[in-house]
This record gives sequence, structure tokens and C-alpha cells, in this order.
Amino acid sequence: MSKFFTSVHLKEDLCMGCINCIKRCPTQAIRVRNGKAVITKEFCIDCGECIRLCPHHAKEATYDSPEIMKRFEYTVALPAPSLYGQFNHLDDVNIVLTALKKMGFDDVYEVSGAAEIVSEMSRKYVAEHKEKWPIISTACPSVVRLIQVRFPNLIEHLLPICAPVDIAAATARKLAMEKTGLPAEKIGIIFISPCPAKVTAVKAPIGIQKSEIDAVLAMKEVYPILLPLMMQSIDDVEELSISGRIGIGWGSTGGEAGSLLSESYLAADGIENVIRVLEDLEDQKFDQLEFIELNACAGGCVGGVLTVENPYVAKVKLKRLRRYLPVACSHLESGDEENRIWTDEVKYEPVFKLGNDMKESITNMSRVEEFCEKFPRLDCGSCGAPTCKALAEDIVRGVAHEQDCIHILRDYIHKLSDELSKLDTKK
Amino acid sequence: MSDKIKVFYEVPADDFTRAGEASSNLKSMLKKMGMNPETVRKVAIAMYEGEINMVIHASGGTIDVTVSQEEIEMVLKDQGPGIADIEMAMRAGYSTAPDKVRSLGFGAGMGLPNMKKYSDELKIESQVGIGTTVTMKVKIQC
Repeated sequence: MSKFFTSVHLKEDLCMGCINCIKRCPTQAIRVRNGKAVITKEFCIDCGECIRLCPHHAKEATYDSPEIMKRFEYTVALPAPSLYGQFNHLDDVNIVLTALKKMGFDDVYEVSGAAEIVSEMSRKYVAEHKEKWPIISTACPSVVRLIQVRFPNLIEHLLPICAPVDIAAATARKLAMEKTGLPAEKIGIIFISPCPAKVTAVKAPIGIQKSEIDAVLAMKEVYPILLPLMMQSIDDVEELSISGRIGIGWGSTGGEAGSLLSESYLAADGIENVIRVLEDLEDQKFDQLEFIELNACAGGCVGGVLTVENPYVAKVKLKRLRRYLPVACSHLESGDEENRIWTDEVKYEPVFKLGNDMKESITNMSRVEEFCEKFPRLDCGSCGAPTCKALAEDIVRGVAHEQDCIHILRDYIHKLSDELSKLDTKK
Repeated sequence: MSDKIKVFYEVPADDFTRAGEASSNLKSMLKKMGMNPETVRKVAIAMYEGEINMVIHASGGTIDVTVSQEEIEMVLKDQGPGIADIEMAMRAGYSTAPDKVRSLGFGAGMGLPNMKKYSDELKIESQVGIGTTVTMKVKIQC
């Protein structure tokens, strides 16, 4: 698997080559070339913004089809807590869980249950690592990827605990093997995800060697299957839930940070806001903060591009669901902690470099500045790059041409036609 | 080909929404040049402190940055009130910031100690009533 995997793809036939995605990609990872959008894998952090805003629906996320369940002898569904926020008038998560079993899964294991274990471990970690304050949450894979490629000085602040979904997957597989006696590979651990970044986290994990998740289904595809099954489940609801208020709270912004039972935290959501917080954090503008929760999507996981409900409505629904639940239902068992922390060191991946040494970088940066002077600074996007500066950088990196700028091209054509007319008069 | 890059920034007076723009712009440029993360961090913090100082105390000013192969030099010039006692200003926590500024959470000392901590060379020339020029140099680590 390539180091730079991205689960956002382009449907070429639908792409009109407009500038919507290039202008709004938070990492400037998209260019329009030959009339079609092209995503630079190294820069993409799978935040899903382009999927959300493309008016032609030309961007799509990669995920598995429910058919994949047939490949395994025994399957376990891992529903993300944001799933519960998708349904109207839901007052018991067990209805959703029972419906998942009716859909064909042999068992369910709630990611929110594992989230409660992460909360417990995080409380301990934050208290024991004052030197690393503020500690940055690592549950959102887009945020972790962003820090890895753009904020090298913040890597040491990352919470080195596996994401709830990874802990849920490992536990679910262990339980299924004990229950059925089947070998690991015959058991399918299938995550029901609100976002494409989780697909990437499965294929190219950060902090761990290999993810225990076998397949990822999109929440928006599972939703219509579940609706009728939930109606059928109402009379024979099974008690399957293993999570309380803390676990379900993880589905929206502030849930993770709130579970640390400390007031000294910040929770930001929406990728642009996340970037602002990281920039300020890098300049040491915050002190006395213990924890920072960051979610690439507005509203948190309920705002993922694979969800169906408005994120703010979903948040209210989660809040209502949590009201009568116990604080937490899943607890850490002694001896389990070790397999739940990151095993791999996260290393800085400088994906954007203008040169291999300082000398080359200085020369190239001067060329960028020179090109910028020439360009009209309209940031019109007609060249296929989001800004004049981005075009200048592309030219210096050898992937674009000066005359991709239509204003430069126009001047060139004027000059040419002037000269032609001079030739004409000479005749 | 030039072996140095020069960048010029103007820091507007009393505009806290734009304070930090110059340092964040420089930071982004240095990162794109593949500069060592620790060097970037030192430059960003030192320059941010200097920039904020100009906004709070000196009704803005200018910053000249020169990046060479060996070091990053930042020259911050203002026509502000000047610093009467530089030694006193260098002490952590010493502040003459007005209430308006303190209410915004700034003014917990001039940040000069931070500028000294994060730069490899710091020179302050100041004349009361005329202005201040702060020169900071950060060596590029490999």
C-alpha cells in the first residue's frame, strides 16, 4: 500500500473542470488540469470538503458495499455513535443495534463502548503527561494526517492512544473468536462510518501497524436499509448496548474533551477552524490548556460527509438520547492498556518542499516571488490552481506553465498580434 | 540567482485582528522551503512576539526579513514611544500595557524575554520619542 493513500476519488465524466473544489480545498491539494480536477495524494487529508461542496457530485468517497458481509463466515458491525443521531424519535439505541443484526450481522459492538475506554485511558494519560500539555486528540484521522504533514512541532502533543474504532475492532474480533471458535480471518469486522477519512485510516493507519477493521460501510448506505428493519425490531428489542453518556457523546464536538472531566480544554470543529487552532498552538498562543479536541467536520463526526442528517440536528438527537443513560457502561480491564496505545512513532512527512537543501530552496522561493510579481493576483483560478501563488509554486516545481495564466497568455497574444501587424505593414 | 530572499511586511496600528499575519505568512513560507521544524518554531514565536509588541506599543511598523543559507534575520522597526529602560523591559512579566490591551489578554510583559529565548541573537536599539529597532537572528539548523 502506498504511503499516500486517499479515499476521495473523482468521477471524471461528471467533473466540469470548474473551480469550486480547488478554491475551497483546505490543503490546496486539487488542481484542474485538461479540464478535470486532479487530487494530489500527498496533500489530501481526506477531510471530504470537496465531496461536500462539488455542485456536480463528481467527488466520491471509497467504501465497501454491504455485499462484502457475504465474504465472511461471521460478521460484527461496529456502529459509530454518530449513527444514532440520524434517526427521528429514537429513544433507545438498542433498536438500531437489533436492526443491524436483522440486516445480517451476527453481532454488534458499539464504537461508543470503546470510546469510554479511550476516555478512561485519556484521563490517566493527560494527568500523567503535564510536559506534553496541551494534548491533542487523535480520534479524527484527517486531523492527525494534517498535523503529520504540516505541523511537525505539534506531533509530540498527539494523544498516543488508538482511536475508539480500532479498539472496538480488536475487542470485537477477540470476543467473536472466543464465541465461535473460528479463525481470525473468517470473522468480518465491519465499521459503519460517517466519513471517508476512516476508510483511509483503515488502509493506511497512523500510529499502528495494521487496522483490525476488515471493511467500511457508508452510514448513508446503511441508513435506508436500517429504517424498515428498525420498525420490525420495535417489538423484540435485544439489549445489546454497552455504552453510556460518555460514549455516545463522542459522536459530536466536545464529547471527547468533555469526557475528560476537566474544564481546561478547547474543542474546535470544521477544518478551517482546526487549522487556525493548530497555527496558533504552534506559535504558543495558548497556555494552561490540558487538552485540545479537533474534528475536521463541522459539528464533529455527525457532520461527516457520509451522514444523512443535518449535523446540528443530529447533535440535538444525541443529546436527547444520552439524557437517561448512565455516565459510562464500558470500563478498562487491567492488563488491556498495553494493546491500546500506539506502537509506531509518527514521523513528520514534509509533502511540500521547494528544494532539497537551503540553497535550492532559496533559489526556488525567489523564483516563486518573481512569478507572483508578474501575475495579476486575482486568484481567479482559471489556470487550474487556487491562487496566483499556488500557480507560481507549481511552475517552480515543474508541474505548470507560466502561460497557464490566461492574463499572461492574453498579453502574449496581444504582443504577438502587434508584431504580426507590424510585419503586415512592412509588406 | 540570488542567494538570499528578502520579504517586507507592514504591521498596521491597533488592529488586533491582523496581528500575527506577518509571522504566520513567514512561517508558511519557511515550511514550504523545507526548513527544519525547530528553526521554524523559533522564528514564528520570536517574530510573533515582536509583531504584537509593535501593535500594542508602537502603532505599527515595518518588518524586513532576510533568509540566507545560514540564518533568518528579522528587523522590526517602529516610530513608537521607544523603550526607556531596556533592561527593565527584558524582565519577565514587566508591563506598561494600558488596560484596553490587558483586557484582551495581552500585556503580560513585553515578550522581550521570549524573543531573547527563541532567537540566537537579539539587538534592541531604542530612543525615547523616536522609535525602536529590534534585530533578531535565528540560525538555520540542519
